[in-house]
Amino acid sequence: MISANRVIVELGGRNVVDGVSFSVEHGEWVTLIGPNGAGKTSLMRAVAGLVEHEGTIALDGRPIAELGRRELARRVAIVPQVPSMPAGMTIREYVLLGRTPYISYVGREGSHDLAAVEDALARLDLETLGGRQLGSLSGGERQRAVLARALAQQAPLLLLDEPTTALDAGRMQEVLELVDELRLEAGLTVLAAMHDLTSAGQYASRLLLLSGGRVVAQGAAAEVLTEPLIAEHYGARVRVVDGAVIPVRA
Amino acid sequence: MALLTGALVGPVHIGLGEVLQSIVARLPFAHVDSPLSPTQESILWDIRLPRVVLGALVGAMLAVAGASYQGVFHNPLADPYLLGVAAGAGLGATIAVVYMPHGLGVLPPAAFVGASLAVATAYAIGRSAGRGSGGATLVLAGVTVASFFTAVQTFVQQQHSDTLQEVYSWILGRLPSSGWRDVVILLPYVVVAITGILLHRRLLDVLSVGDEEAASLGVHVGQVRLVVVLCATVGTAAAVSVSGLIGFVGIIVPHAIRLVAGPSYRLLLPLSVLVGAGFLVLADVIARTALSPAELPIGVVTAFFGAPFFAVVLRTSRRMAS
Repeated sequence: MISANRVIVELGGRNVVDGVSFSVEHGEWVTLIGPNGAGKTSLMRAVAGLVEHEGTIALDGRPIAELGRRELARRVAIVPQVPSMPAGMTIREYVLLGRTPYISYVGREGSHDLAAVEDALARLDLETLGGRQLGSLSGGERQRAVLARALAQQAPLLLLDEPTTALDAGRMQEVLELVDELRLEAGLTVLAAMHDLTSAGQYASRLLLLSGGRVVAQGAAAEVLTEPLIAEHYGARVRVVDGAVIPVRA
Repeated sequence: MALLTGALVGPVHIGLGEVLQSIVARLPFAHVDSPLSPTQESILWDIRLPRVVLGALVGAMLAVAGASYQGVFHNPLADPYLLGVAAGAGLGATIAVVYMPHGLGVLPPAAFVGASLAVATAYAIGRSAGRGSGGATLVLAGVTVASFFTAVQTFVQQQHSDTLQEVYSWILGRLPSSGWRDVVILLPYVVVAITGILLHRRLLDVLSVGDEEAASLGVHVGQVRLVVVLCATVGTAAAVSVSGLIGFVGIIVPHAIRLVAGPSYRLLLPLSVLVGAGFLVLADVIARTALSPAELPIGVVTAFFGAPFFAVVLRTSRRMAS
């Protein structure tokens, strides 16, 4: 699905992603972890074609540089870390934005687009909330609306940039379960960036630990979430018990 | 309603039935005679109706241009003059009045050229300085160019203080009563500009989630912004070249509509066309009757009546929301 080879992203004269290579198979859930400034978000933005990069990022063998913006948006849907949600817009209008890559430049949405919107709303249990304004939603409802927009995009690759940052433990679990359900039902491939190491390990089939713009470890959660690696790259004292990463006071 | 009011109000009384009958009499295949005397016919068809139509075109253009600027720049305070249209048109008009014989005759084209030049300069500076930084750099470039053009205009005016009144009467805005000529000149610009903007109303909704998210949804943000700004600027430049600088319409009309009908550009832009047209026609009725036979600058009327009206709409909508 994704094949990245020696990817470099330069921002402000510094390589924030510095020669990263990795691949993600169809249907896989891979999560990028790493301390602040490790390059997770920049790498995600590079995969979405939102920032210039050196090296090659290919989707199903085609370099994204060769894909037009609309074509890329049909293949990659992104859930941003802090989505911009106009307060007066209704959920249904917002989810309809996900159909943008399928509508011609000055065209209008067709019945197929409206059906895709209703399907996305139904999958996220938002049918009855479709007329609600975004400004009136709770944190969990907002995140479901963003996921519904990404789902309406009908892209096989879903990028999640810190999807649970603003959520409490219950809503975080709800959102991650939902994404996993969608992955299995709709055959999506998921590339996520997360700070919560325990959740990252629970849901991803593989983890990529980034530090200083480079991949310093990758593999199953048990191989990456180790006390020495976390101490070295996060500067944190933790204990790892049955996959749970627990901070330890000095 | 606003158009009819504009046609009915004036020093010479012409009734509603007479106006309607006179209009019907001009329709092809309508075998109806106009009830108006030749003088009344001339007042209606050569003075009032052209001015009403001109007011509607200018009002529609300024309102829809303001709404679209607010959309592409994600800035609720953006108005059609944001990128230097007003300053450029002001300089062009001043140069026409000061340096050109028969200056008032060449004022509209000079104002149009000045406005277009100012925005083109702002766009060139914004593009070269801020590639990839969204609309903020462009807005700053517009502010810079506007300051420069205003400084030059002020300097030219100071050197020729005898022309101050002519220049200021244009700057304060007025709708000329010069028959259909201005309507014919303005109409194609306004039709093309408004059509171009309305065709982008769905994409303006997409832009409301920000440049990066819009790009991730497959939109060429820079291209959309360029086309919309081009349409809004050309239309605004054409409008101010005949009407002078009428403020407030481009901000107050879109925001009043947002408060009532919501933020979606699918509804906002067509409603801006209608409400902007009606608002300016009614403002012109007040401008030419409040101190009759003298006329108030229409820009003064739009601000004087627009501000309290907007305050009422704002208050009402907030109450309804809570």
